[in-house]
Amino acid sequence: MEKDQNNGNSADNTVLRTSTNYLLPLLILFSIFVLLRGHYLSGGGFVGGLIASIAFVLHSFAYSPEETIKLFRFKPMFLIPIGLTLSFLSGILPTFLGKPFMTGVWFADSVVVIGAFGTALVFDLGVYLVVIGVVLTILFTISQNVEE
Amino acid sequence: MLILLNLIFVFAFFILLLRSSKDSKYFKFLSILPFGLFLYFLSFLQSVQDSGAVLIKNDWIPSMGISLDFKLDGLSLLFSLLITGIGTLVFLYASSYLKRHIYLNRFYCYLTAFMGAMLGVVLSDNLITLFVFWELTSITSFFLIGFNNEDEESRKSSLWALSITGLGGFFMLASFVLIGHVTQTYTISELLTQSSVLVDNTYYYFIIFFLFAGAFTKSAQFPFHFWLPGAMKAPTPVSAYLHSATMVKAGIYLLARFTPILSDGDVWNLTLMIVGGTTMFIGAFTSIFKRDMKSVLAYSTISALGILVFLLGLGTETAIYAACTFVLVHALYKATLFLITGIVDHETHTRDLVILSGLKKVMPILAIAGFIAALSSAGIPLTFGFLSKELIYGATTESAVWTNESVIGLTILAFLTNVFLTSSGFLAGIKPFFGKLPEQFNEIKMPDPFLWIPPVLLSALTLIFGVAPWLVDQSLLQSVAANVYGSSIGQFLSLWHGFNPVLYLSIATIAVGTALYFVIKPSEKLENKLSVFEKISPQYIITELSDQTRIFAFKYTHFFQNGYLRIYVMYIIVFFIGVVGYKLFADVPLKVNTEDLSAFRIYEFIIFLITLAAVYIVITTTSRLTSIAALGIVGYCICLIFVFYGAPDLAMTQFAIDTLIVVLFVLVLFKLPGFLKFSNTKIQIRDGIVSVAFGGLISLITLQALVYPSDKEVSRFYADNAYLLAKGKNVVNVILVDFRGFDTMIETIVLSIAAIGVYGMLKYKLKDGERSE
Repeated sequence: MEKDQNNGNSADNTVLRTSTNYLLPLLILFSIFVLLRGHYLSGGGFVGGLIASIAFVLHSFAYSPEETIKLFRFKPMFLIPIGLTLSFLSGILPTFLGKPFMTGVWFADSVVVIGAFGTALVFDLGVYLVVIGVVLTILFTISQNVEE
Repeated sequence: MLILLNLIFVFAFFILLLRSSKDSKYFKFLSILPFGLFLYFLSFLQSVQDSGAVLIKNDWIPSMGISLDFKLDGLSLLFSLLITGIGTLVFLYASSYLKRHIYLNRFYCYLTAFMGAMLGVVLSDNLITLFVFWELTSITSFFLIGFNNEDEESRKSSLWALSITGLGGFFMLASFVLIGHVTQTYTISELLTQSSVLVDNTYYYFIIFFLFAGAFTKSAQFPFHFWLPGAMKAPTPVSAYLHSATMVKAGIYLLARFTPILSDGDVWNLTLMIVGGTTMFIGAFTSIFKRDMKSVLAYSTISALGILVFLLGLGTETAIYAACTFVLVHALYKATLFLITGIVDHETHTRDLVILSGLKKVMPILAIAGFIAALSSAGIPLTFGFLSKELIYGATTESAVWTNESVIGLTILAFLTNVFLTSSGFLAGIKPFFGKLPEQFNEIKMPDPFLWIPPVLLSALTLIFGVAPWLVDQSLLQSVAANVYGSSIGQFLSLWHGFNPVLYLSIATIAVGTALYFVIKPSEKLENKLSVFEKISPQYIITELSDQTRIFAFKYTHFFQNGYLRIYVMYIIVFFIGVVGYKLFADVPLKVNTEDLSAFRIYEFIIFLITLAAVYIVITTTSRLTSIAALGIVGYCICLIFVFYGAPDLAMTQFAIDTLIVVLFVLVLFKLPGFLKFSNTKIQIRDGIVSVAFGGLISLITLQALVYPSDKEVSRFYADNAYLLAKGKNVVNVILVDFRGFDTMIETIVLSIAAIGVYGMLKYKLKDGERSE
């Protein structure tokens, strides 16, 4: 079987790496922006999560999946339970206030960009984290599996 | 009471914290739990006697009529006392019987959970709740029967028990749903007033036969009886508890509970009489030929359950009264016999009746207990069994109700059954203790008190209630019978009815039964003779049927699940084309509306051409990477179309997804060898036809959808209320996180499971060294 070593440490990745160094934070900021504006304009947790994942995938292309995981300090898989917990907590919060499960609770009415701030946003943040966790887990697992 | 039941289950799992070997001496203290419950239920005796029933209401899902209502009337109280009372003794007994077993903690966990479930069954006043607890008893008993999980037979028996009772439970649920549909309520105490509505309903026969399926499977009635002898693989305390005193009587409880509601005096009663009659006769007849003490008891238990069903089928005042009394009588003597069997097995390591004899020399107290239990099962006067036998004969000879022919038929059936039961009771309770003590048993000592006290206590109760029946009669059995019969009973248990046919029948039963005991000795030869019937036994037929089903399932799976993704996809698409295409062409007048279509704009045309070109590349290319890239182009073109037609959210998501899909494919395909020619022209033509048909069908549906005005109500609601109710202006997102937030949450969970699946599959393979490369 032919093996292609381009993924590794050759010099022709310089352009990609340099641009990634700037693109990664920009894309992540953008994904957060998309997440936050979701309530009033196009966007939301799901798309936001996908964009953030693409940013990390780009990074893993320029360097390697191992380098990307190092950025995290923990396995992206752990984002999944964190996200699920956040979504669930946002749903359960209203039950403590005597309302049915997943009723929207609002903390502040007019915040810049976000609009109204409430449990819906926390829920969306949970979705955002789950999506990043899921996409990165699947892609990294497969890519590591292929390399071995 | 709700909290109490919950605590039982919570407690069951706390037991797991005890260590089986180190803490083995503490397990006997767990019997404080059932004993406490026993006292708790005993405290209700007076109020149930005075007011008839104690109701405790808790809502669960009020919108669907499902509640956690509990009702404690005579019938529930009798069963609750049996469950907790015999439970106490079994808890004590098992602590010694299974001493130092490595899974003792699990055993107690299952046993406690079972007790909770069983209490739930008899206390629930709501059909759905009853069903939930009912299934819980099946599941916990599955674990208990298969407790010796290293024994293959044991595992098989537990699976059989679960399948049979589970199947029955499924039918029972159907019956409950029908009842709920007809009467608009699931509350049992409300159903009591709706009896005539149910009986006159068109679904009546479905309701009762589905209910029968549940009750008969659980209570081991013919032809489902064979799981019970199999279930004897369980440790003996379990057999004593589940398979004689409590769980198998759940079916009886169900029938008794529904007798005042569903009995129509015709089909209901006739079915119960036939099934119960068959079961009681077959069970009793088989029991006298068995060599294994436990098998003798298993078959006589089947027979006893048959008697109960039979009596409920007779349905007269005396019969119902007899049934209620017999529940208690049987629980007392049969649990005694089971516990004694356990001790004999524990001390001598055999249950073979051919070998066992003369044990009274080494275990005198147990011999007395066994003797009393055997006498009670034979119905000798001054034991509790005598009273119920009198009532049974009283029920079959009621000349006021039955014609002469039926009196003779019913009485002969009951007589034969009782004769066999007398004999088998002697086999289990007397045979091991009398006669000559074989030499190898000389060294046997009395077992420790936790083993022998429970059976002795039970047999003492048999004697006490036999001499002084009023102790349980007025306080409990009267109200039980009243609950089942529907109105109060005008009879009392009494020791002496005078010289009447019933007494003569009793005497004849005892005489013939005793004679039979001396004539028929258990031996291998007799057992073998009996096994001739196995070919036509229900067990053989059902096992055969299940094997055939499995073979069929295997072939079927191999045909459809052949492991090629392309074939799976084709099946799905062809099926879709078939079903949807048929519906479209058969039912919908095909009409394509060309008038309202907007004109082609130039950039749409360009997108169209690009898509076409990309599709052409996908089909013709010989490089994997090129085809993936081309597929990506098709995806982006679709995104652009979304943008043109005002769906920015969709377009954004599609863009991101398409990017990631291309990346994923590249990752997977990167290392694969170049294109091989997998398909010949024939396959290509087939695939082409399927693809074109699928694409054509989807286009047709889309065009059809434009012709009919769509229902805008839902989308208008979302658009109007997004800001008012959810303070958001992006309707799509508000639907996702608010209106349908629950769906989104479930979807994120599905995504997570997918990720864990991928991770698990790939990582597991790597660690195991299973990769072929």
